[in-house]
Amino acid sequence: MKKLEDALRAAFGEDAIADENRTPVTVTVPAERFAEAAKILKDSSAALCAEWSVDDTDSGRGFSIYACYRDGGEYLIVRAALPQENPQFPSLVKHYVPAYRFERRLRSLMGVIPLGSPDGRPWIKFEDWPEDAWPLRKSFDAAKAMPRVEGQYAWLKAEGEGVYEIPVGPVHAGIIEPGHFRFQAVGETIINLEERLGYVHKGIEKRFESMAWESAVKLAGRVSGDSTVAHSIAYSMALESMVQCCVPVRAQWLRALFLERERIANHLGDIGAICNDAAFAFMLYQCTRLKETMLGTNHKLFGHRFMMDRVIPGGVAADINAKNEILTELDFIGEDFDRLVRIYEESSSLEDRVRNTGILTPELAAEFCTVGVVARGSGLNVDCRVHSPYPPYDSIMVKTPVLTAGDVHTRLWVRVEEIRESIRIIRRILKNIPDSGIVANCGAPAAGATGFAAVEGWRGEIIYWLQSGQSGQINRCMVRDPSSVNWLALEQAIMGNIVPDFPLCNKSFNQSYSGHDL
Amino acid sequence: MIRILRQIFRTGIVTDLSPQFDDPRITVANLTLEASVKRRFRRSLTVREVDAGSCNGCELEIHALNNPVYDCERLGIHFTASPRFADVLLVTGPVSVNMEIALKRTYDAVPSPKIVIAVGDCACNGGIFGETYASLGGVDKVIPVNIRIPGCPPTPTDILNGFYKICL
Repeated sequence: MKKLEDALRAAFGEDAIADENRTPVTVTVPAERFAEAAKILKDSSAALCAEWSVDDTDSGRGFSIYACYRDGGEYLIVRAALPQENPQFPSLVKHYVPAYRFERRLRSLMGVIPLGSPDGRPWIKFEDWPEDAWPLRKSFDAAKAMPRVEGQYAWLKAEGEGVYEIPVGPVHAGIIEPGHFRFQAVGETIINLEERLGYVHKGIEKRFESMAWESAVKLAGRVSGDSTVAHSIAYSMALESMVQCCVPVRAQWLRALFLERERIANHLGDIGAICNDAAFAFMLYQCTRLKETMLGTNHKLFGHRFMMDRVIPGGVAADINAKNEILTELDFIGEDFDRLVRIYEESSSLEDRVRNTGILTPELAAEFCTVGVVARGSGLNVDCRVHSPYPPYDSIMVKTPVLTAGDVHTRLWVRVEEIRESIRIIRRILKNIPDSGIVANCGAPAAGATGFAAVEGWRGEIIYWLQSGQSGQINRCMVRDPSSVNWLALEQAIMGNIVPDFPLCNKSFNQSYSGHDL
Repeated sequence: MIRILRQIFRTGIVTDLSPQFDDPRITVANLTLEASVKRRFRRSLTVREVDAGSCNGCELEIHALNNPVYDCERLGIHFTASPRFADVLLVTGPVSVNMEIALKRTYDAVPSPKIVIAVGDCACNGGIFGETYASLGGVDKVIPVNIRIPGCPPTPTDILNGFYKICL
């Protein structure tokens, strides 16, 4: 389990200073060798999970740049210190494509410059923000409104005979979040898609820094409303790892129960919506009916339809006393769902739309370090519940479906299998859930501590990285929703497809705008 | 095909036929939402939804209005793709700085009388995101708001109740 760390140490020798006390192990390297470290880890088949920067003014230093890598169950963080004046570091894009968006983001929001990055355009930060507005810097006053300035976004252009452009958004036709897509097409065929996100940037990471540890879980639960349970668990686990808080066993099992219920409800909604985008409305109404049943039960048993604020640092805020109600509901949903899946399988006109549409090849999926449903539909076996199982998943064997075709149908089918598996998991949880308290006291962390957690939400791996400042406050909270990496892969999957299939492909990815924009 | 029909008949009607309204005036006047939509909007209340920066929790509940249990179309309420056809603008989220212009433009595109409903705590007063460099706070900071539906997120029934208020 120390493959990455060993590889880095072997290559860097004394230049790599590992801090074994932190979880995961954090290795500090000289800033000029930051990209070289990425190359060594890439050669050891690691995936890039996240790249972010921290303003260390609070501890009397300049800036830090961090990158988190994963290989199987091993996570490794590489850090480099950057000077206060003119902070620069060598870009990772040459080795890791997803670093492209991470670096545009940290350059825009922190004012740290990736040298050799192929794209200097801002990300999240719109053209009408002042040039020197770097909200994540400590010197930036978050409470002050920004003036608007003149500016123009440099879109990628495609030229030639018959090439035309279709701009879509930010306000879309349906009831969805805002984002802008620009297609270049020839006839019906898309030759390029450029996404532009950031419309729902609410300054969440900065907001965390003004909050208290205990109450900030509420904000984590609102990073992406559809994954509220997963985000609350990830934040809580990261905080608990900083204070060595022992969460009662029952609370851990209840968290898993909430998480699996969230997974089923969202997957049901997605399956319905994908079919609806191929004009098979029957499935949408049937699936949303099942989803509504679950939400109603959530409300009845746990007091909230999406179980918002039911996970808190140290445990959970709702216990279960009506196991039978859930079991009966699972029987009902399982049976009805199987009938619907059979109808899906037998609808050849639907199959015609979903098969071979929006293919993300396994090579690209790996190259783009995708996670979650998208990755598992393209042959990547990544699932935190399996490769780094946190309790209770270490005692519940989770079977993850991994399929390789990478088209819309495959991503839908991964969801079908996951719903079935989650139903099995919930049954196991209800059977074996131990008796104990449901919440432990979770104190505040010491100064200069860091915490980390990776949780498999319904979209995929959610990562939180927390750092406490010199007076014990939240100095930095890095949030990595699966959407931050998967959005980039959508641009690739859509290439060569026809314009009317975009909603279908987009729905099969169903990434969060809010979770990405923060 | 036969399976689809069988499933439809097996399911039957799952719609909640008597939604609970919390405004006392509704029971006094003995009006139903359906009747008032009929009366005020000739059975066609057209809604355009705009996410001005929400966490997408409110969107889930607005989606749920269209599911067979709430089925808002039976009450004459339906969602439209274009603001130009809309009677009502349903706005969620604190207004993010990056969405301010798009929200104003959408509002301008709605024909008069423009009825604006702010859905959720964030849309009412900025909620947990407050007023910062990136969030302008409640929807009324940017466009005039007629009705507020608080909740995080408000349930579909809460939202239907909010719709009722424009019909009183």
